[in-house]
Amino acid sequence: MSDTFSLRVNGVRHDVQCAPDTPLLYVLRNDLGLTAAKFGCGLGLCGSCNVLVGGQAVHSCDTPAWSVVDQEITTLEGLGDESEPHPLQRAFIDEQALQCGYCTAGMIVTAAALLDRTPDPTEAEVRAGLADNLCRCGVHNRIVRAVRRSVAR
Amino acid sequence: MTSPSLAANPDPTAWISPGPAGTIVVRSGKVELGQGVLTALAQIVADGMRVRLDRVRMAPASTDGSPDEGYTAGSLSVQHSGAALRVVAAAWYTALGDAAETAFGTGMSDVEDGTITADDGRTFSYWDLPPDVPLEIGGPAATPEMVGTSVGRLDIPGRVFGSRRYLQDVRLPGQLFGRMLRPPGRSARLVAVDDGQVRALPGVVEVVWDGDAVGVIAQREDIAVRAVDVLADGCTWKQEPSLPDQYDLANYLRSAPSDETVQAERGDPPAGPPSVEATFSRPYLAHASIGTSCAIARWDTDRLAVWTHSQGVYPLRGELARWFGIDADHITVTHVEGAGCYGHNGADDAAGDAALLAAAVPGRPVHVVWSRQDELGWAPYGPAMAVTVRVTVDDQGRPAHWTQEIWSNGHSNRPGSAGNPPLLAALRQADDPVASSDPPLARGGGSARNGVPGYPVPGLRVVSHRLRTMPLRTSAMRSLGAHLNVYAIESVIDELAETAGADPVAYRLRLLDDPRGRAVIEAAAEAAGWGTAKAGPDGGRGIGYARYKNMGAYCAVVADVEVTSRITVTRLTLAVDVGLVVNPDGVRNQMEGGAVQALSWTTMEQVRFDARDVTSRTWEDYPIARFADVPPMETVILNRPDQPSLGAGEGSLGPTAAAIGNAVRAALGVTIGDLPLTAENLMRDR
Repeated sequence: MSDTFSLRVNGVRHDVQCAPDTPLLYVLRNDLGLTAAKFGCGLGLCGSCNVLVGGQAVHSCDTPAWSVVDQEITTLEGLGDESEPHPLQRAFIDEQALQCGYCTAGMIVTAAALLDRTPDPTEAEVRAGLADNLCRCGVHNRIVRAVRRSVAR
Repeated sequence: MTSPSLAANPDPTAWISPGPAGTIVVRSGKVELGQGVLTALAQIVADGMRVRLDRVRMAPASTDGSPDEGYTAGSLSVQHSGAALRVVAAAWYTALGDAAETAFGTGMSDVEDGTITADDGRTFSYWDLPPDVPLEIGGPAATPEMVGTSVGRLDIPGRVFGSRRYLQDVRLPGQLFGRMLRPPGRSARLVAVDDGQVRALPGVVEVVWDGDAVGVIAQREDIAVRAVDVLADGCTWKQEPSLPDQYDLANYLRSAPSDETVQAERGDPPAGPPSVEATFSRPYLAHASIGTSCAIARWDTDRLAVWTHSQGVYPLRGELARWFGIDADHITVTHVEGAGCYGHNGADDAAGDAALLAAAVPGRPVHVVWSRQDELGWAPYGPAMAVTVRVTVDDQGRPAHWTQEIWSNGHSNRPGSAGNPPLLAALRQADDPVASSDPPLARGGGSARNGVPGYPVPGLRVVSHRLRTMPLRTSAMRSLGAHLNVYAIESVIDELAETAGADPVAYRLRLLDDPRGRAVIEAAAEAAGWGTAKAGPDGGRGIGYARYKNMGAYCAVVADVEVTSRITVTRLTLAVDVGLVVNPDGVRNQMEGGAVQALSWTTMEQVRFDARDVTSRTWEDYPIARFADVPPMETVILNRPDQPSLGAGEGSLGPTAAAIGNAVRAALGVTIGDLPLTAENLMRDR
């Protein structure tokens, strides 16, 4: 029941061996060591596992590995790093837009997909774009400010 | 300012020591829960020793060398650990000055980034001090320069780039993945396990069965997740209905067997019926962190190593020692950050799961992550509560006698608390579970937290009824009893104001003599434009105020709401006084985050259950506040540099709940006593 898959993640091709219906989240975290995307619910209801597949934000917890072969997958790690931060990452630091940070990867990745569709979103558009991402620490307004700030630069 | 933490751990070098490569290593017993406390503590040390903030390394709390500060709870970290670090930093600062003076005589600079420079150019730094340098507590401190400024949290960049490891992300050499199968009901006993099918799954390493605890260990995490479903099919349980009627919860709480404690009493009880009598209730509430509980454990013959996001590494070690019957000094418990922590969640239980499973695979670390369903279904809950308030007023319309009666399960079931409650995997639910206890009021109380009104009242009687049985396991959740007690008190205060024909803000100011309390009420009212804005036809505005634990942070909140078929909070205005502010943006983040959580609890949250088990196991059944529910917020911080720092983590929850309740009251004309403020409860109460 184990197969070999070729996945393209953050611009790099990886061969992974797992059952075809293994959720992408576990492949990213355990086989590729990309742990920014987090397990939150396993049902696609919280957004903490979100990654970009072909530019769309998807729940990696209920996306089987077989379904994303040959697609461009981007995780938070692929958006930017300390030396070359993504504008959203810079803005999240500037606004101190988190407390525990567990939902942050999903928030930033989802916001990146939103900005792709809507380059200069209104506050209401940001709230709507992040409607399916949950945060329990209560930093929602900081996150909205950070997303808007990232395009105001 | 004295620190109980320092009294318990008096060796200064256990707290702070110069480290390699020009670093200052700080060991606090307090842990990062997402509240930013490590940055606040680092600021205190950097200021006190006069070193750059980026030299400070906050070591993870571990039973292997950290000071024992019990739990990171009760908004006490800056008060206790911060106070200890402040005086130890001062001792190092003084020791460096003394040593430099011995070396150089006179003619030298003050400490600059950890180094003193003599007029002739020679230098002497913390890293030049001998390891046995005498450190005397009580020396003069450096003039603070950084405390009071909003330095960015040290841990935020790593979280934003995905490089900072959470416990969920840790992968140790040879690590296996474990999952427990939780029972199908609260009273369920495990009768038989047929593990043939699950053992036949490729990648399954072990099946563990001990009492009512049963789980699997697998080579891959995704295999462990599948295997636990297969294991469930092979398990036979026996169970009886054991839970009360969810729709009659307040009556259940008032009638179940309980221990009565008079928490506060003065003055004679009034003759005749009270002027006002009102009842309140809240349901069980879930911690509902976005990440689920997690742990790693490894046994090496008779030694156990555990990695946990528990709030207390030492009490957890004590409980593991008791359970496994080994010496505590054969166990090392180390803290690694998890997802946001708002009280006693499943962290300790997950550590128990990992330790139990790992015993079956000696030498191999076992990593356990709970499912969302287990997190919402089996972590301890914030207790359901009922409150009755009876007030007799004087001829000025002021309260002359106040009775507050509280029914609740206890608010602590932490490892090491009264009765030594077992970890979940060791729990035999059908036996006599250790019902949760309440800390005494002098330490902040549990059910009775903030049950004593903060307003001067000549006659007072505050009574708590702590349930002796515990249908659902309850423990500490952010602000403990203060959520419903403040909601109840402030609702009644609004009712008294109305009876007295007074404005709610003016009435509170008339009652309250504490100048700091008055100041936050005035500041919140002014910032919100109290008395100027007109509420629309569906609108209402309300205020809530409390001093957390009657001895912590002051907070007043003004809420604006719209009540249609549901309640929408349209604006929140906070004013807070936490004494000396260490990090203003940190205070704002904590206070506003607490307000959002209180909004969520108060307007939408309730644990649902049937006769056998909890049924609200996903985000669809247990909704929490989303982006659309979070209103614009403004926070006024009243800095008190001459006053001790007070914790900011829990001060806004009670006042926010109360402000929302009073705003709804203003819109509808009646008090809604039963939380949450859903359409269902609105229809029932009005």
